[in-house]
Amino acid sequence: MDLKFRRNPDYQTLRDEVTPERMFMDRRHILSAAGFLGAGSILGALPACSEPEQTPIAPATAGGHAAPGAALTAKKTAFAVAGGATVEEAFAGYCNFYEFGTSKEDPPRYANLMKVSPWQVTVEGETDAPGAYALNDLIDYSKLEERIYRHRCVEAWSMVVPWVGVPMHSVLAKLKPKSTAKFVQFETYLNKKEMPGTNRPSLQWPYVEGLRMDEANNDLTLFAVGAYGKALQKQNGAPLRTVMPWKYGFKATKSVVKIRFLATQPATAWNKANGGEYGFYSNVNPNVSHPRWSQASERVIGGKGGFNERRDTEMFNGYDKQVASLYAGMDLKRNY
Amino acid sequence: MAHSPLLRSFGKHWLKPLTLVALIAPFAWLAYQWAMMLAGLPNDMGWNVGQWTHRYLGDTAIRILLVTLAISPIRDITGWAPIVVIRRRVGLAAFFYAALHLLAYFWLDRNWSLPGLIADVTLRTYIMLGMAALTLMIPLAVTSNNSSIRKLGRKTWDRLHWLVYPVAILAVTHNLLMVKIVEGDPTIHAVILGVLLLWRVGRWVIGKLRKPQEAAA
Repeated sequence: MDLKFRRNPDYQTLRDEVTPERMFMDRRHILSAAGFLGAGSILGALPACSEPEQTPIAPATAGGHAAPGAALTAKKTAFAVAGGATVEEAFAGYCNFYEFGTSKEDPPRYANLMKVSPWQVTVEGETDAPGAYALNDLIDYSKLEERIYRHRCVEAWSMVVPWVGVPMHSVLAKLKPKSTAKFVQFETYLNKKEMPGTNRPSLQWPYVEGLRMDEANNDLTLFAVGAYGKALQKQNGAPLRTVMPWKYGFKATKSVVKIRFLATQPATAWNKANGGEYGFYSNVNPNVSHPRWSQASERVIGGKGGFNERRDTEMFNGYDKQVASLYAGMDLKRNY
Repeated sequence: MAHSPLLRSFGKHWLKPLTLVALIAPFAWLAYQWAMMLAGLPNDMGWNVGQWTHRYLGDTAIRILLVTLAISPIRDITGWAPIVVIRRRVGLAAFFYAALHLLAYFWLDRNWSLPGLIADVTLRTYIMLGMAALTLMIPLAVTSNNSSIRKLGRKTWDRLHWLVYPVAILAVTHNLLMVKIVEGDPTIHAVILGVLLLWRVGRWVIGKLRKPQEAAA
């Protein structure tokens, strides 16, 4: 499958256009390949590898928004996590984005195929302001905030990420949801040529996720356009993704192209794939095990040399003060 | 082909040592990855060395187990009987990697916490199945030598080693239940095991059908 894909002419073209930043992200892979094939042949062909720290000189895309990796200015906020942020390379190198493949190495390897400019977000459903929005119309880049949140994956690992974005409610207010809108659904970009993983039926494509309106309007919920002071890398969901730090990571939608206001609870990708294991809420909860593994503790990714400490998982990932009231009176074992 | 002198010489002098090298190679590669990691050099293990290590060992164990089960079909298809001399050491290697897989899990994932391991084995179906597979491999590993065959007698020994089938089914199911979606390597392992088991069922059925014919002739 992968080999066949490498022979794809689109992939070849993109390989020829790789940026230094991309090589920086991919250098583990390049170096290990060099180990097998002889360092001279590969490294000789990739001169930019010797200057990995270079920041790309591409402040804006054709769509007007910041290109992946471009520096962003964001206001610091009080949201912080003890111990500080995870090393950036771990954030860029260890992520799930099944559209590019199911292994952790696939997104950093293949995400560069995705075209993120120009970018349009379609707004539809129960709204008085439907239409296609450019990213700059949705996100006010002069009001970006940095919020350092813990990110907890359902696979029992976590990271601490300094997100750059805006509260989702500030965006949703512009989109004038009708009073009948009780839920909001997000949809990820889908392009079979640019996303090799979507040629496999691992999940039903496109990836869709959703929130109750009050969850979407909670002050913690973000539309993120960056992390680590830079516009989002493609493997992390460029140019626009959702962030809800009290929910398992898969509830977030990467590379959002559609926002749909709905009167009823929408279908969600993992719930469709395996409803018995992944519910609509998917709030981080150490007391409710995944049917096949415990959620009581988590590996903290980014440890030295790849060795990761284990920490106890907190209720709502440590954000119970901000979100517990959303679920007052609900049986969280049943509404997993 | 099966009787060429070159092949006979290969079977006699090279097959066993080469098999040993091939069986040690995955371990050597793991050791190399760890050495690179400990030296702070680039390696293939990524950001979750513990998980990578025990999964690598588990995958290796299952693959070698499948090779064990492929040996008699290969003999039947090619007619090259000497290949069966490597079967016991291949099976032993599968046990060796499976035991290392458990050890790596116990150390790197559970931090040597016995209550943690016991909770896993009792609460998590897939870990229970994996544990059962490894436990059933112990009598096979212990008796994988000539003196055990002599002591038990060929028939009893064969009957005991029939346990490799439940072991393989348990191990592959353990692997399938671990992943979030049915895709990729665990599915490939299951398909290969299915083919290897069907081959045996087919051989058994054909044998049954042939016997009355032979008796009639």
